[in-house]
Amino acid sequence: MTNLDIFLWIIFPYISLTIFILGHIYRYNTDQFGWTAKSSQFLEQKRLRFGSTVFHWGIIFVFFGHVGGLLIPKLWFDTIGITDDMYHFGAIWFGGLAGLAVVIGGFFLFLRRVAVKRIVKNSSVSDYVALIMLGIVVLVGFTNTAGYTATGGSFDYRVTIGPWLREILTLRPSEGMVLAMAQAPIGFKLHVSLAFVLFAIWPFTRLVHVFSLPLKYLNRNYVVYRNIKPYHKTKVAEKKEIN
Amino acid sequence: MKIKAQFGMVMNLDKCIGCHTCSVTCSNTWTNRPGTEYMYWNNVETKPGVGYPKEWENNDEKKGGWHLKNGKLELKAGGKFSKLINIFYNKDLVEIDDYYEPWTYDYENLVNSPEKDHQPVARPKSQLTGEYMDITWGPNWEDDLAGAHETGKNDPNMRNLDEQIKFEFEETFMMYLPRICEHCQNPSCVSSCPSGAMYKREEDGIVLVDQDSCRSWRFCMTGCPYKKVYFNWKTNKAEKCTFCFPRIENGQPTICSETCVGRLRYIGIVLYDADKVLEAASVEDEKDLYEAQLGTFLDPFDPVIQKEAVKQGIPEDWIEAAQKSPVYKLAVEQKIALPLHPEYRTMPMVWYIPPLSPFMNALGGQVDSLSPDVIFPTINQFRIPIDYLASLFTAGDTGVIKKVLRKLVAMRTYMRAVQLNKPFDHSILEAAGMTEEVAEEMYQLSAIAKYEDRYVIPKSHREDSGDMFSHQGNAGFEFMEACRSCMGGGQEADPLEYYESGFWRELDESSPKGV
Repeated sequence: MTNLDIFLWIIFPYISLTIFILGHIYRYNTDQFGWTAKSSQFLEQKRLRFGSTVFHWGIIFVFFGHVGGLLIPKLWFDTIGITDDMYHFGAIWFGGLAGLAVVIGGFFLFLRRVAVKRIVKNSSVSDYVALIMLGIVVLVGFTNTAGYTATGGSFDYRVTIGPWLREILTLRPSEGMVLAMAQAPIGFKLHVSLAFVLFAIWPFTRLVHVFSLPLKYLNRNYVVYRNIKPYHKTKVAEKKEIN
Repeated sequence: MKIKAQFGMVMNLDKCIGCHTCSVTCSNTWTNRPGTEYMYWNNVETKPGVGYPKEWENNDEKKGGWHLKNGKLELKAGGKFSKLINIFYNKDLVEIDDYYEPWTYDYENLVNSPEKDHQPVARPKSQLTGEYMDITWGPNWEDDLAGAHETGKNDPNMRNLDEQIKFEFEETFMMYLPRICEHCQNPSCVSSCPSGAMYKREEDGIVLVDQDSCRSWRFCMTGCPYKKVYFNWKTNKAEKCTFCFPRIENGQPTICSETCVGRLRYIGIVLYDADKVLEAASVEDEKDLYEAQLGTFLDPFDPVIQKEAVKQGIPEDWIEAAQKSPVYKLAVEQKIALPLHPEYRTMPMVWYIPPLSPFMNALGGQVDSLSPDVIFPTINQFRIPIDYLASLFTAGDTGVIKKVLRKLVAMRTYMRAVQLNKPFDHSILEAAGMTEEVAEEMYQLSAIAKYEDRYVIPKSHREDSGDMFSHQGNAGFEFMEACRSCMGGGQEADPLEYYESGFWRELDESSPKGV
């Protein structure tokens, strides 16, 4: 276990996750106004339609694929009777298709962002950084699935990256799993490290809109009312009472 | 019975001269910021015409407002679940080009141009891209029927008319339609917002967008059938007419009303029963919607209502204001104001007195000592077709329009007789369902139109709501550009601090409904 391994598979992930969590808390508390999906559909929608729809649905499936492959232990699949073959069939075909959707959709979104004048002029640096970083992570990840696993690669991330990630997330990294990570194929290593770079910049980009998916809407009455808070209930009044 | 107070506006279209002063002062007050230059929270359209944005009334396509689905009220653009499914791309969104591409002019060229044979020109430059552009559409492209022989055919209100004839030169007609947000009783924009960022103020019914909660999902723009929720393309947030609430709270009229040259706007409150709104908006026949909405308004002179209103926390001075309200007078007592497009089922609260067309002209200048048999049939031959007005204000019910026009004609004929000391056939008033007193009152309110009669605006009881000093300067949009901590006397004030915890409340306090 070299120092580099310790840095890459213990120190850096924790730095990244810390920034991810604290960054979100900080931004949510200081920049509600900037916390949006930054939709640009109003300026251009013909080219957005395909790219945005395909990309977003793709990435939702990719997310659940990662949950299934990394966060849920292999043992669980074995217990309910999903064999390795069945799992890999699903991971390659469904995962591959979802990945392909993200790659194609993302490519269309990228083209739109660099080619449509209105969009170019109204994009911030963080928009480009987020899109390019996400694009790289997705491309490397997709290459792993399509170019390595699907062509018969023997590396099983479910017994290496999966347990390693669960250890990281449960705050008990072990030497064994760090070593396993160190021996993973370069594609997987790249994908994981770049993903943690992405997590570190996440709170400072438009990607925060992921956490604003308005599921509450489903369980709400249509018309929303707000009323002016009576004087005796405001914080200012409370402070005065204390003084 | 759940009594709420609601601000409303009435515009007397007979007096609108289409000068756009309202649009200009509104724009100077609220939308002179980057990203908002294309917005006119108040705009004046020449009808017939497709309007701003193009064909906003074509809600078969634009999907604004509500419709009845299996007898139940549902958003036309789709319910909650379908919104979440389509959140990545709103297929019914109106693009900026349907409003117009905002531009400025290359003024520098006028100063910097070297000496040439020809005068230098300031070429138009897109504010979206900064590039030179050809102007092909603008905020008021159809002003005074400009080009309406082409675009006017696409005006959805022309559907039931013999449009071929109406665009012949001798047959043409026009009217002005100033429009602001309707601050509906049953707002479909609020209902379309997945984030709960849009809300109706419980105290006065004003509909606002909470800029901090808006997450750029843009369904409100589709949801509004009047297309009066706009998208700030710089901040990626929805913005809309605020009914100038900082002025209203202080007892002043909105800036569009204050500066109206024709003095045609009226502002007042009505009391209504919030429990009746859903039922009223769900009546089967679109033509019944106008009466149904009238049915939600409560009589502020009824002692039972007054007592209940006080019990429910409506201040006494607001009940008094409801009694004096010009909106109540014009809409409920005199019944000459009508809602704009009631068929959208949003229960709009900006109402209109329909225009009378050149009245003397229709009667050949002979208006003295005429009998009802002569006067009223001419209404059908007015220049602006009854069907057109009915399409705008009564979901196609020409009977209601005729009744209103009769009243307006009767009032004028009566007052002309009074002023000129001429004999008057009282059956004209009777046939219009009026008395002399009503005619006199209508005249006072519409022709004399004193400032204090046009605007009966009770002040907000802000003395009950927190530290006003730290609230100073928080009611505008300056925070988007300026230093946030500069507000509120040096300390950062969170506007939401002054709202109930959880910060939104539902009309029906029983358990919320699902999908």
